[in-house]
Amino acid sequence: MSTSSTLSRRLPFQAHPVDEVGIKERVARLATRSIKKSSKVEGLKLALSMVDLTTLEGADTPGRVRQLCTKAVHLHSGRTDLPMVAAVCVYPTMVRVAREALKGTPIKVAAVATAFPSGMNPLTVKLEDTRYAVGEGAHEIDMVISRGDFLRGDYGRVADEIAEVKKACGEAHLKVILETGELGTLDRVRLASDIAMEAGADFIKTSTGKIQPAATPEVVLVMLQAISDFYRKTGRKIGMKPAGGIANAKAALNLLVMVREVLGPDWLNPDLFRIGASKLPNDILMQLEKERTGVYQGGDYFSND
Amino acid sequence: MSRNGTRGSNRRLDVRKTYKMLIGGAFVRSESGRALDVEAPGGQLLGHVCRASRKDFRNAVVAARKAASGWAGATAYLKGQILYRAAEMLEGRASGFQEVLQSIGLTPAAAKAEVSQAIDLLVYYAGWSDKYLQVFGAVNPVATPHFNFSVTEPMGVVAYVAGEKRPLLDLVSGIAPIVVGGNVVITLSTSRASVAAMELGEVLETSDFPPGVINLLCGLREELLGQMASHMDVNALVLQGGDAKEQTACREACALNLKRFFPKEVNEKENEDPYRILDTVEIKTTWHPVGG
Repeated sequence: MSTSSTLSRRLPFQAHPVDEVGIKERVARLATRSIKKSSKVEGLKLALSMVDLTTLEGADTPGRVRQLCTKAVHLHSGRTDLPMVAAVCVYPTMVRVAREALKGTPIKVAAVATAFPSGMNPLTVKLEDTRYAVGEGAHEIDMVISRGDFLRGDYGRVADEIAEVKKACGEAHLKVILETGELGTLDRVRLASDIAMEAGADFIKTSTGKIQPAATPEVVLVMLQAISDFYRKTGRKIGMKPAGGIANAKAALNLLVMVREVLGPDWLNPDLFRIGASKLPNDILMQLEKERTGVYQGGDYFSND
Repeated sequence: MSRNGTRGSNRRLDVRKTYKMLIGGAFVRSESGRALDVEAPGGQLLGHVCRASRKDFRNAVVAARKAASGWAGATAYLKGQILYRAAEMLEGRASGFQEVLQSIGLTPAAAKAEVSQAIDLLVYYAGWSDKYLQVFGAVNPVATPHFNFSVTEPMGVVAYVAGEKRPLLDLVSGIAPIVVGGNVVITLSTSRASVAAMELGEVLETSDFPPGVINLLCGLREELLGQMASHMDVNALVLQGGDAKEQTACREACALNLKRFFPKEVNEKENEDPYRILDTVEIKTTWHPVGG
């Protein structure tokens, strides 16, 4: 506890006000970029390589997770020019199944932990949850912050919790989910991003996918700016993961444009940028097939997971 | 002129309608922002209609696909009721439609006849909604201990290119059998017929068709036909008119995803014909083992 208590004492957590109108305008401007033909193909392939293919349902079974893992490795039959996705994201009890299914591939296994998605459990339970997932073999842990504590103004507690979970992760990478849909304002999104990065996050992530709105472009832009400022201040590169509601190729390309404009080309790789999604790959595949064949595609010709 | 647009007598400015397309239950302009002039036979400008782009067609496919499973699962009773309601709504606007048809060149008698026929046709196909399955389905005699039966299933998303000779009737006679079979439809109307088609959109939109079941586009046949024939998410293409060359091109593009292709001649006698429903339904046969 000593390091984390120091952390919360050391940090005043000054709010960094966000210009909402400016953010909206910049989002709108960036969304007008038109990416066509070969650039589009390259962009879509890059986006595919950044996907955290996700299944987080109460109804998940080992069979379903294995099916998803197969999809992660072979996105579309008959095409050998496609990258694999970056990771598969599952609940802790499914980590072992996913590790088995992905043996011999470079695809990482990410587990959500810390009483996902609400985070409404005591710290001891959250740490146990995290250690369990790491013990099962998860390469990456997606934790949720305690939005209740954050909204109450208890920022020190939020930061301490992240720092503790980071310790429990050991070698595993830590992604911190802010659940921006519950934070309410862009100012709070910015503050939560700053807290998470100071407390030791390797990635900051927008949403659990269980709450709407999720990864809106505005929220993503604010978080990218926070990462940029943090990099300038400390020299540490923090990753970004928008998740929730990103279902089409166009939205994915827009995200890449934003990353390129705010953080530069260094961030355009799966080590520093991920997209959490379950339906997105199929839409990207349909676009890629359209570019290859010249005709528009239908959902009947692509696998359901 | 005073603020409320009247001065003295009842002179006022005409408020002319901008005809919009119907996609996914919404009246929209073409995303391309393009429009076409529609001229009366005498050459004077009647108004403007949208010129659908290929992107508009793709948007319509997405909207139609979203509506497809719901409409396919709707009961025969409901589909019949909704088609009948369309007839009711058209009847209520019959005089308006006659004016529109006259403005694009039909004689008063022809306009009146066409509107009446269109209304009757909707009622006719509404009646078939809970009957065609009995006619086209069957229990088949087989030599093994199986209960073997065939039932109809909708094909899914159907594209329909309407002719121009009978502006209203060509469209209605295409749409009615397609949707009564449980399909969703995207239509293309061209030139002067577009005006009648876009008017019909307002009738259909107030007839309780779920959004996306009927999508009406207008534009240029040569611009959109290739896309309609090749799109992998379209299950059938019904084409009215067109020469042999056009039909061959469509047939080839349709082969990509084994899309059904039906070139149709305009034939007034064939309007009331249950076999038009059969065009856009598949027959599924089931073998069910029975005690041996």
